[in-house]
Amino acid sequence: MYAIEVEKLRKEFKSYSSRSGLAGAFRDLFTRNYKIIRAVDDISFTVKQGEMVGYIGENGAGKSTTIKMLTGILTPTSGRVVVNGMNPHKERERFVQTIGVVFGQRSQLWWDIAVQESFRLLKKVYRVSDQDYNEHMDHVIETLDIGPLLDKPVRKLSLGQRMRCELAAALIHNPPLLFLDEPTIGLDVLVKLKIRQFLKEINEKYNTTILLTTHDMTDIEALCERVIMLDEGKIIYDGSLQRLKQNWGEGKQIHFQFRDIVPKEELMLLVDATWEQGEDRYSWIAHVRATDMAHVIGKVVSSYELKDIHIREVSTEEIIRNIYEEGIHHG
Amino acid sequence: MGKYIEMIRMRFLMMLAYRTNYYSGIFIYSINIGAYYFLWSAIYGGQPSIQGMTVEQMTTYVAIAWMARAFYFNNIDREIAMEIREGKVAIELIRPYNYLIMKTMQGLGEGIFRLLFFSLPGMIIVTFVFSLQFTTNVHTWGYFALSTMLSFIINSQLNLIAGMVTFFTLNGEGLLRAKRFVIDLFSGLILPISFYPEWAQHIMHYLPFQAISYIPSMIFTESFTGDAVIKGMMFQAVWCVVLIVPIYVLWKAAKRKLIIQGG
Repeated sequence: MYAIEVEKLRKEFKSYSSRSGLAGAFRDLFTRNYKIIRAVDDISFTVKQGEMVGYIGENGAGKSTTIKMLTGILTPTSGRVVVNGMNPHKERERFVQTIGVVFGQRSQLWWDIAVQESFRLLKKVYRVSDQDYNEHMDHVIETLDIGPLLDKPVRKLSLGQRMRCELAAALIHNPPLLFLDEPTIGLDVLVKLKIRQFLKEINEKYNTTILLTTHDMTDIEALCERVIMLDEGKIIYDGSLQRLKQNWGEGKQIHFQFRDIVPKEELMLLVDATWEQGEDRYSWIAHVRATDMAHVIGKVVSSYELKDIHIREVSTEEIIRNIYEEGIHHG
Repeated sequence: MGKYIEMIRMRFLMMLAYRTNYYSGIFIYSINIGAYYFLWSAIYGGQPSIQGMTVEQMTTYVAIAWMARAFYFNNIDREIAMEIREGKVAIELIRPYNYLIMKTMQGLGEGIFRLLFFSLPGMIIVTFVFSLQFTTNVHTWGYFALSTMLSFIINSQLNLIAGMVTFFTLNGEGLLRAKRFVIDLFSGLILPISFYPEWAQHIMHYLPFQAISYIPSMIFTESFTGDAVIKGMMFQAVWCVVLIVPIYVLWKAAKRKLIIQGG
């Protein structure tokens, strides 16, 4: 059984534009110009129970709109959505019992009172038994290290502390499906690591399905084997992160730091590779295929005196950037 | 049901966190009651009764009306308007509860807080200063409690309606302010309904406002007795039911607008 099934999902918004000037404003009173914007354009995908999927795309690519349709906040213009075997907005109260949602930009905890009071309310709201709560939440609280924060009002917590509490709050009813909308936005590295480790753990322990949107590619690398990439409302890539890297980031970058200034033409003659100027006039970067690496290094080392050399793989960040700049079909 | 009771407790805690804001409130209410006390004493002059109410009944009416207001009054209309504007309602939709009932429960939590930390101490202060006439009839207290509960429900329902209407209008603030003024005036808080001219009384009989303040206060001062008590409470109960209809319709429409537009 699939946790999420989406077929030809589409969402259109009316976008109003105002005419210029006073006369224009007056005309706007009667008829307004609008365009229909397709935020999500006939996308189809399925997610299996227990999968961790990265849902990525630039701002405005349609990520949040999709998440809102999957959680039942928005109704699709057309298409079919089945999440946890239910239609999200038709059976709202029963459906929301089976999902957990964290919006990185929006708090779900009660601002003025202690965190534990929010937990207590949510426990009642989701009708979690004392036994289940203690068994499950003791572990969550310990792993996320939020025990000392529970009696503090939310407004006194730092962003990292608050985010960990938000995550715990979304898991009170131990949902089989978790939506995370930019959960690590603005967090420092240590908190990010802690949150990632925690997500991995609950995924292993409870086989929780996780759909994650983020702008931080290191999140995706750490957590998701599969990525779905969105551009202008369409899915442009759906598959393993590994394959994406192979197709797009096959090459290596070799950074050479020379003792003397070397002109580009000489290097071009020496080895057939793409050369790029480094930080200063002494350094050059060669973009080569992995198989050519030894050959290129050998040639350069035997011809010039070098101060330093290092090899770098193309980062996922760069791969994604390249894809958005050049389109998916280039590679 | 547990979740709704938990929400009452939650709001109570929230109010407690900001309790210092309320000490000044007690003072303001006491001044209000004092001003009306002297005003009515002056109006009565030497007359034993006006419109069937003695001066003691009148002053007690004013005091109890203000104290009951502390219980039924809440700001959920403003909160709803704000939560709609800021898109927080979207988050409420991913919770397995009814948003409007939750809002009402928050209002109740607020009401209970004000009753304990505001009305009761305020009432004690007021009885020391002015000569008020509190009944010792247990039945009257019982009817009054029930009637005040009904006025809480009606006032909250009107707040829900006002809050949701701001969803469809651009300027919510003016509307909410107008609503508050209309309720204070037509509910009988400032002037008992029996003091209004015939024709106005007639119109108000078709409006829900007197169910909020006039009826419970008349019951408390024993200006209503026997059948009048039952008739008054029936009037309240009917409005409680009738108001569910516009709430339901508005919520449907608001939800549709929300799920088309997004949060």
